[in-house]
Amino acid sequence: MSAPTTDAPFLTEPDADAADLASATRQTSVYVYEAPLRIWHWVNAAAILVLCLTGYLIGSPPPTMIIDEATHQFVFGYIRFAHFAAGWVLVVGFLGRIYWAIFGNHHARQLFYLPIFNGRWWKEVWFEIKWYLFLERAPKKYVGHNPLAQLAMFFFITLGVSFMIVTGLALYSEGLGQDSTLYKMFGWVFTMVGGNSHVVHTIHHLGMWWIIIFMIIHIYVAIREDIMSRQSIVSTMISGHRTFKDDRPD
Amino acid sequence: MSQIETFYDVMRRQGITRRSFLKYCSLTASALGLGPAFVPKIAHAMETKPRTPVIWVNGLECTCCSESFIRGSHPLAKDVVLSMISLDYSHTLMAAAGHAAEAALEDTIEKYKGNYILAVEGNPPLNEDGMYCIVGGKPFVEQLRHAAKDAKAVISWGACASYGCVQAAKPNPTQATPVHKVITDKPIIKVPGCPPIAEVMTGVITYMLTFDRLPELDRQGRPAMFYGQRIHDKCYRRPHFDAGQFVEQWDDENARKGYCLYKVGCKGPTTYNACSTVRWNEGTSFPIQSGHGCIGCSEDGFWDQGSFYDRVTDLTQFGVEANADQVGMAAAGVVGGGVALHAAVSALKAAQKKSQDTVSQSEEV
Ligand code: HEM
Ligand code: HEM
Ligand code: SF4
Ligand code: SF4
Repeated sequence: MSAPTTDAPFLTEPDADAADLASATRQTSVYVYEAPLRIWHWVNAAAILVLCLTGYLIGSPPPTMIIDEATHQFVFGYIRFAHFAAGWVLVVGFLGRIYWAIFGNHHARQLFYLPIFNGRWWKEVWFEIKWYLFLERAPKKYVGHNPLAQLAMFFFITLGVSFMIVTGLALYSEGLGQDSTLYKMFGWVFTMVGGNSHVVHTIHHLGMWWIIIFMIIHIYVAIREDIMSRQSIVSTMISGHRTFKDDRPD
Repeated sequence: MSQIETFYDVMRRQGITRRSFLKYCSLTASALGLGPAFVPKIAHAMETKPRTPVIWVNGLECTCCSESFIRGSHPLAKDVVLSMISLDYSHTLMAAAGHAAEAALEDTIEKYKGNYILAVEGNPPLNEDGMYCIVGGKPFVEQLRHAAKDAKAVISWGACASYGCVQAAKPNPTQATPVHKVITDKPIIKVPGCPPIAEVMTGVITYMLTFDRLPELDRQGRPAMFYGQRIHDKCYRRPHFDAGQFVEQWDDENARKGYCLYKVGCKGPTTYNACSTVRWNEGTSFPIQSGHGCIGCSEDGFWDQGSFYDRVTDLTQFGVEANADQVGMAAAGVVGGGVALHAAVSALKAAQKKSQDTVSQSEEV
């Protein structure tokens, strides 16, 4: 054991257990993302896509259409309905995702915490930054998310989607009325911004762009890593299995 | 004797008949959304309870609240309420002026310690020790504190007293400050609007005088019976909103047809007030009915929410005036550009690595 432990393959820490490691170094696959998580990923992605499209249109409605008398026409109503329906899918899905973080495998917990007290983890974040800045020749192997991805997921998704859910439900509760249970649960959001609901619309709207920026980076990185990294990426989120392209240990 | 003077006594003294008094009681009951069973209760309260005096002070304001108030649509309610309150102290409505007026104020405070209602129109500017608003030779903030000290409750009339309104809009050079940030130890009811609707004002004051308590308030301290729903919730143009039929430009065909004003900046969806139900000027009309969007005058900081004519309004927090979409698109554009560049460099590096690998392989052989 003369080799300092800090240089040990990252696979051992913090997200891979002994079985993962043994499996990975033999170039077989590791089952990382269980079915509920994968279903959540794609349902969530679809919901967010719908939310961004319809959300943008709620802020800037399409040109007036005169198909019928107003009583029989519900164009903007359907756009808002699609937003609210997708919103509820997002909410219920997110609650389900939290449930799965507790009862699923340990990879399912990565989305909800950052090992910020782990110096090793920060080193790996730094390594990944260098990899993306073309300062490292070869990437490392990771069973779960790479540490930089974990950091990004936490800020963009865990915090970002929570923010959209809280502000979204607050706006939705206004439609239900001030005596609704939902308003009693989320009315504090309006108090936090000083009372004017228009401010909540504005920050909810800005939040959309926060999520869109994540989407651009996420999809790019997922495809790039699929090509350039030493492990499967996109197929992992479809089949759940991580396969590795070589059998060097880290 | 004045201690046991009741509301009823005052009204009779003002020449209001018993018949009118009873009519007034039923009008009040219905205006407040109470059933007919409340009519005798209101009458009884007014006949037996000592009159609650109202002191009405004016800070930085434009008097639109007073103007609205004296235009109450039901002449009966207006006469009654006016006769009840104008007796005490109100710059605009009272007969006395100058020293006599200030003496009347002291008199009322002294005589009804802890029993009067303080109605505030406008707000105190706090900058330069309050010198931007002088009443009776002293900063208004001093009169406000003095009058509030022995008040039973405080009514903040209008957006000025409730939130600060235009004089508190950024950058707020005089540091105009809403009443609840200066008076912190009294129950305060906010009746915002610029101005508030006359019926809302008389309704609130009548409720407080007859029932001797504050009406139910919303999260922001506004009476829920008038501020419980958005303009948008009861707007008669709402079917056009749901249909997606909007005024695209002022003076277009859609404006003539009375379509929804959402795209030209109507703030009805974020404004809690009674305009779309009670309306203005004896129930004649309200802004949206006459073709202009709601500007959100009963909401906190409505002057600082960007243009009245934009739906997605400008933000100033990012150093330039741009709305959420412009800010977001710029950021997404930068990120997208970065991604494209990164992809290009990645491809180059990959090609380079590949050729190096082949070179080193051929060298090894
Ligand atoms: C990623 C998630 C989401 C995105 C990108 C998104 C986007 C948007 C956008 C851009 C707007 C227009 C804001 C404006 O300028 O007025 C909006 C409005 C709204 N959103 Fe979301 N939203 C999301 C999640 C949710 C959720 C979870 C709910 C809750 C059910 C929700 C409910 C609403 C409501 C009620 C409105 C106001 C609709 C109206 O005023 O007609 N949103 N959303
Ligand atoms: C709105 C769109 C999307 C959102 C919000 C989203 C969100 C997420 C989240 C939150 C995770 C972490 C999963 C977890 O730990 O629970 C994840 C992982 C992943 N996503 Fe997405 N995703 C989106 C679209 C896509 C698309 C279009 C692709 C495919 C091109 C994709 C491929 C992946 C892959 C491959 C992973 C696993 C990363 C890894 O192996 O470490 N995602 N995504
Ligand atoms: S005019 Fe304004 S309040 Fe009326 S439906 Fe349209 S957006 Fe709502
Ligand atoms: S319609 Fe809106 S802006 Fe106009 S008075 Fe009513 S609340 Fe104020």
